[in-house]
Amino acid sequence: MRDVATETRLEQRVWRLLEEVKDPEIPVLSVVDLGIARDVRVHDGQVEVVITPTYSGCPAMDTITRDIERALFAEGLVDARVTTQLAPAWTTDWLSDTGREKLAEYGVAPPERGSHDKRALLGAVPSLACPRCGSSHTERLSEFGSTACKALYRCLDCLEPFDYFKCV
Amino acid sequence: MTAAASGTELFQYLLRLGDTSLVLGHRLSEWCGHGPALEEDLALANIALDLIGQARLLLQYAGTVEGIGRSEDDLAYLRDGRDYRNLLLVEQPNGHYGDTIARQFLFDAFAVELWADLTRSSDAHIAAVAGKAIKEHQYHWRHSSGWMIRLGDGTDDSHARMQAALEQLWPYTGEMLTPDDVDEAMRAARIGPDLAAIEPRWNARVGAVLTESTLTRPDDGWMQRGGKTGRHSEHLGHLLAEMQSVHRAYPGATW
Repeated sequence: MRDVATETRLEQRVWRLLEEVKDPEIPVLSVVDLGIARDVRVHDGQVEVVITPTYSGCPAMDTITRDIERALFAEGLVDARVTTQLAPAWTTDWLSDTGREKLAEYGVAPPERGSHDKRALLGAVPSLACPRCGSSHTERLSEFGSTACKALYRCLDCLEPFDYFKCV
Repeated sequence: MTAAASGTELFQYLLRLGDTSLVLGHRLSEWCGHGPALEEDLALANIALDLIGQARLLLQYAGTVEGIGRSEDDLAYLRDGRDYRNLLLVEQPNGHYGDTIARQFLFDAFAVELWADLTRSSDAHIAAVAGKAIKEHQYHWRHSSGWMIRLGDGTDDSHARMQAALEQLWPYTGEMLTPDDVDEAMRAARIGPDLAAIEPRWNARVGAVLTESTLTRPDDGWMQRGGKTGRHSEHLGHLLAEMQSVHRAYPGATW
């Protein structure tokens, strides 16, 4: 017989484990903070974690899949599997509030909210606060940065370059 | 899937989409470490990565549709030029930076329209790939059209070189916008878009940027075609020779 209470406890345990799996490119963020981990399902005691890629070509996805498997295997969930789901497409709106705070502390300006309105996609340049000195006197250098999810900015007051986690 | 499209046609269509992304992604990756500025080196590497990622998703699915067990790597590394179905435009050599930008601009204007339509594809897998790809292509389009304006409306030298790049590449644009039997079958099955409806949208996009770039739209003369059916320019063979060499020399190698 299906034991709903046990399944729920197992799901909650998996979510806690996923919070310890970090993005290899931005190690302050977990796969839960990023909204990459979409769902945890338990069928007959077997765990399935559903993830979605940020960008089509994000090279971190293979590593993330392996890291999740390793974290679950280490906790004895040896039957666990990770599946990838493409739709609905990942959006920066799925970044958690905790994730946004951690990003800013890490020195990466968090994405503007509400990318669904497509302003960012249509090229509106967001006015960003420098994550180092807080000045809003900043300029965009390039919409492409060190990883697929980031753009390059520069602070015109403290003159430091910084990354922006760009809206998609 | 509706009766109008057979698995073979869908396979061919997926190769067109996947090969076009793969070949252009590979072309752009040739700039890695050679860009005219660090930001541009990074930008082209990022765009290449998006395209190769899209190619992986499309070729994986093509392998599934074909149903004889070919993986994305089998399709990418073990087919010869005659079996590639990419657009001729994207296999054209990089040339100077303005040539690369012009090629990207002509393609991106098409890609943003194509992938927007594909988000509504009756094929759920293509629609899912499109949901991601369209956001990426919007970034690419802004990058290439921005550079068209900067270089076209730049110095006399940059203007002249961009005009020459446009003239050189223009005959490769017709193939993108002209439907053949496979395109028609895809349209009838509501898997692919109506290319005839994309053409005016492509023209409007290109025209607006060319005006701002102070460049002259070349005349539509005789157009090259053949990429979609496997007849390519000589450049594809050289590209594949490099792209496939490691995989063919060391089959199954992993690291």
